[in-house]
Amino acid sequence: MATAPAGTARPRANIRVDLKVIADLIEENARVLDIGCGDGALLDYLEHFKRVDARGIEISQAGVNACVAQGLSVIQGDAETDLRHYPSDAFDYVILSQTLQATYDPKGVLENLVRIGRRAVVSFPNFGVWHVRLRLLVNGRMPVTDSLDTAWYETPNIHLCTIADFDELCEDLGIVVEQGMVLDSRGRPRWLRAPGLLANWLGEQGLFVLKRGTGGAG
Amino acid sequence: MSTPQRSEKLTLASFDTRTLPGHRLEVPAESALRLDCGVDLGPFAIAYQTYGTLNADKSNAVMVCHALTGDQFVATPHPFTGKPGWWEHMIGPGLVLDTDRYFVICTNVLGGCMGSSGPREINPATGKRWGLSFPVITIADMVRAQARVLDHYGIDQLFCVIGGSMGGMQVLQWAALYPERVFSAVPIATAARHSAQNIAFHEVGRQAIMADPEWTGGAYAEHGIRPHRGLAVARMAAHITYLSEVALHRKFGRSLQDRQQISFGFDADFQVESYLRHQGSTFVDRFDANSYLYITRACDYFDLAAEHGGVLANAFRGTRTRFCIVSFTSDWLYPTSENRMIMHALNAVAANVSFVEIETDKGHDAFLLEEPEFFATLRGFLAGAAEHRGLKR
Repeated sequence: MATAPAGTARPRANIRVDLKVIADLIEENARVLDIGCGDGALLDYLEHFKRVDARGIEISQAGVNACVAQGLSVIQGDAETDLRHYPSDAFDYVILSQTLQATYDPKGVLENLVRIGRRAVVSFPNFGVWHVRLRLLVNGRMPVTDSLDTAWYETPNIHLCTIADFDELCEDLGIVVEQGMVLDSRGRPRWLRAPGLLANWLGEQGLFVLKRGTGGAG
Repeated sequence: MSTPQRSEKLTLASFDTRTLPGHRLEVPAESALRLDCGVDLGPFAIAYQTYGTLNADKSNAVMVCHALTGDQFVATPHPFTGKPGWWEHMIGPGLVLDTDRYFVICTNVLGGCMGSSGPREINPATGKRWGLSFPVITIADMVRAQARVLDHYGIDQLFCVIGGSMGGMQVLQWAALYPERVFSAVPIATAARHSAQNIAFHEVGRQAIMADPEWTGGAYAEHGIRPHRGLAVARMAAHITYLSEVALHRKFGRSLQDRQQISFGFDADFQVESYLRHQGSTFVDRFDANSYLYITRACDYFDLAAEHGGVLANAFRGTRTRFCIVSFTSDWLYPTSENRMIMHALNAVAANVSFVEIETDKGHDAFLLEEPEFFATLRGFLAGAAEHRGLKR
């Protein structure tokens, strides 16, 4: 994969809408770590259009190799085992998109995110959205939706939560929610602010900008 | 008389390395090199090859560091064996290390036997070959000697320093010793320290050489003999460590060599035996036994963390170098875990690092082969680094 000669590939200006929402949160010239950077689309965008010092961590070796072959700085690793090696405040932003619910220890990961980044950008599918609640209520089966598109026995999402659950964990950990929004099933931002009762009912995904509280959770 | 007399095959034993093709930097006694062992080495010489052209602002230089038994003939046919350069598919116009774009330097390491100062060369103070009186050198000594070549060209900063195996150790040492002189660094299939197993294999090689009666305490050159049997055995043992079990099995299996049945003797019945014997016997034509002792020792002594208070990350604190670490899945000599340890140390100082593990069954030697994914990685990393360095295409 991705054997196109690096440096000759033109920077991709059009990226997935949910990635663009995240990119818009990042200041120019920031130091950014994208955890679970996939094929590097967001990193590539940040590097070329925001002049960001962009780094990535990706679990699949094929993804890493493709990223590095594009000239991006990416290592093979994952949120659970590799974040602890980084020093505190190593980055201005640490991004964890659609991955928290698939980790074994979301609490530990969250603590590390706000430790190594001055800010963390975290997004996840909201298990509290109305149609998920309805499906469970009416069908009595684990919901399969656009955001949660695999059956219970093969889903990587082992720690699903609602926006309200997430907000509560942040509070427990002394993490400050600087900004919160909800996205629809195609990753487009809705007008709702999160957290909030309505956000928890209507948001397909939650997207939060977090920072470590002054009390310090870690 | 008109037919030229057929010359004997050129081998290291009979050859004056000062007449080798390529360049040679002679460093005078007053600029002696302070070695880690405390000895001041000078005068000394470094033999090297270059490819491509140094640009006006001297920002396009790439230092290629060779492995244990490599040499400076990285993209030039070997003067003794006639075989192509050991990375000739990597270096050249339009290749990964594009000589239309980069100025590539490859030196014979200090302690080597292809023209740089080492046990095989004449000690200017005595007029005799150094032999075991040559001071024991380290990876850092090799790197400091290479830095003299940069000084000679007035190159402040290398665009890249790259190498595999022992070459990778030099890359790490470069980044630790001269962070401001290394814009990007590519350590491949290497380790930040030699493990007990690594040292053990080297010791087998050294003992094989020293057990050869013709080694004569390292003074064989004075007697006009060479411990070629011992050196060949050392090479045979080492060669096994460069291959994976899968690769060895695929290549040879239990196939017999030029015979239908086993011979109930100790001839080379199996193809793998014949292959190793061939590897050993051709190696002795181009390598010096004492050099083998010195260079394996330098690897064994290598422990970058130990030089930095036992914390590898300290070796790279404050670094601005862009790193790309590459390992190979079937390499059990310098396995992925060792390379990952380097990555973690670099993460600990928030360095700019990429880490790629290449899927291959070819073992440690994969770094010498044209593995498409490996090459794509290097191409991409170098293109990205060149963009950041502002190097013109």
